[in-house]
Amino acid sequence: MNVPKELKYADSHEWMRAESDGTVTIGITDHAQEALGDLVFIELPAVGRTLKAGEACAVVESVKAASDVYAPIAGEVVAANTEVTTAPETLNADAYVAWLFRIKPADSNALAGMLDAAAYEKLIA
Amino acid sequence: MSLKQTPLNAAHRAAGARMVDFGGWDMPVNYGSQIDEHHAVRREAGMFDVSHMRALDLTGAGARDFLRYALANNVDKLKDAGKALYSCMLREDGGVLDDLIVYFLREDFFRIVVNAATTDKDIAWLRELLAKHAPQLTLTPRHELAMVAVQGPNARAKFWQAVPGSEAATSALKPFQGRQAGDLFVARTGYTGEDGFEVLVPAERAESLWKGLVAAGVQPCGLGARDTLRLEAGMNLYGQDMDERVTPLVSGLGWTVDMASPRDFVGKAALAAHAPQSALVGLLLLEGGGVLRAHQSVHTPRGDGETTSGTFSPTIGKSIALARVPAGVAPGDTIEVSVRGKHLPAKVLKPPFVRNGKILVNGE
Repeated sequence: MNVPKELKYADSHEWMRAESDGTVTIGITDHAQEALGDLVFIELPAVGRTLKAGEACAVVESVKAASDVYAPIAGEVVAANTEVTTAPETLNADAYVAWLFRIKPADSNALAGMLDAAAYEKLIA
Repeated sequence: MSLKQTPLNAAHRAAGARMVDFGGWDMPVNYGSQIDEHHAVRREAGMFDVSHMRALDLTGAGARDFLRYALANNVDKLKDAGKALYSCMLREDGGVLDDLIVYFLREDFFRIVVNAATTDKDIAWLRELLAKHAPQLTLTPRHELAMVAVQGPNARAKFWQAVPGSEAATSALKPFQGRQAGDLFVARTGYTGEDGFEVLVPAERAESLWKGLVAAGVQPCGLGARDTLRLEAGMNLYGQDMDERVTPLVSGLGWTVDMASPRDFVGKAALAAHAPQSALVGLLLLEGGGVLRAHQSVHTPRGDGETTSGTFSPTIGKSIALARVPAGVAPGDTIEVSVRGKHLPAKVLKPPFVRNGKILVNGE
């Protein structure tokens, strides 16, 4: 299972990457896409929406099942990846390239409390 | 309770299949991408382990007379040896006990293939009917036979390649016809809407047959692809689209019930007594916005209904479903389905959605 070292993780199977402009890019992990199977529909939060930590804000549906994606940290949505909504299968191909949305965090230190790669690997082992 | 295993269990695990509990059986749901497996069947050839399904052999004088009474479809339609018939088996109140395929092999030998989860119930039901109406007949469950479905436009050719000598015995089989070919029973039937064979094989030979088919280029497919293929083909899944609480007349299976002939059959009086109040129809989701699944509510001007099966159709690229709706809702109507809190428009149509690789619905 692919768990990149440079990313942070939530126990609800989202990954987070801190960008140089202070925003945080969010997607779902390789483990999550593998468990869901072939993805066929993705719905993302609108740009400008304010999210609370733990709020269900996106939907990923595979041929098998629908699953909510949660905002791992609070903040405002500043971008949504429309490429992944038009081609959901790209998320199966590489879950770390096919990001879902980008947040301007309410707390600039929010990632500090998240899992690192080693802790997430342990969670899914 | 531990899960039952088919003779191909080790082969599935060695191939990296993701296994699930399916009606008490440990079965492969996919071997990688479910959508790739689906396309393999529509475009080339794929195969399924269906050894959890069971062949029941009915032997003895008067087998046809018994089945004429036991089944809702009429076995008098079976005139040529090997010919098969799809039928429901009903309770007295018209509820569907199971759907099955019955093969006419000889006047004193019919073979019935039933669903996995209903096998024990079907055997008990048939034995009770036999005791009352035809005690001279013997019903023999063939637990020692495994079953492999090879499906797709090139399925027969690849099967012949994998099983030397089989072509001469099986190339003349017409759709819905089967025959014994050496130690294999080969029938030109399936559950995908494509050409192909369903093959009964002695359990100890199942793995070598499977490996031979893999070597011939047949893609192993799991229950996931089996479900999307059968739904595109507009075929019901017992236990999901119908069960004992509904009749075949409200399950899109009126065409399989022979009410016209004078014969009596179990459930006939109940079916004749009540006009159907609902119908099973096909739905095509008109816009994106979600995926149709079982148990979503359906809203029509004639009242509410419910989806019984739903999925994303890999062939059409849109979501499709079967739904039980009030009688009078007709093909061409646009209705609404509740999908995760949103009301999405869907078009009512008559299944199948896809047959022999071709999309049959207008996906506007």
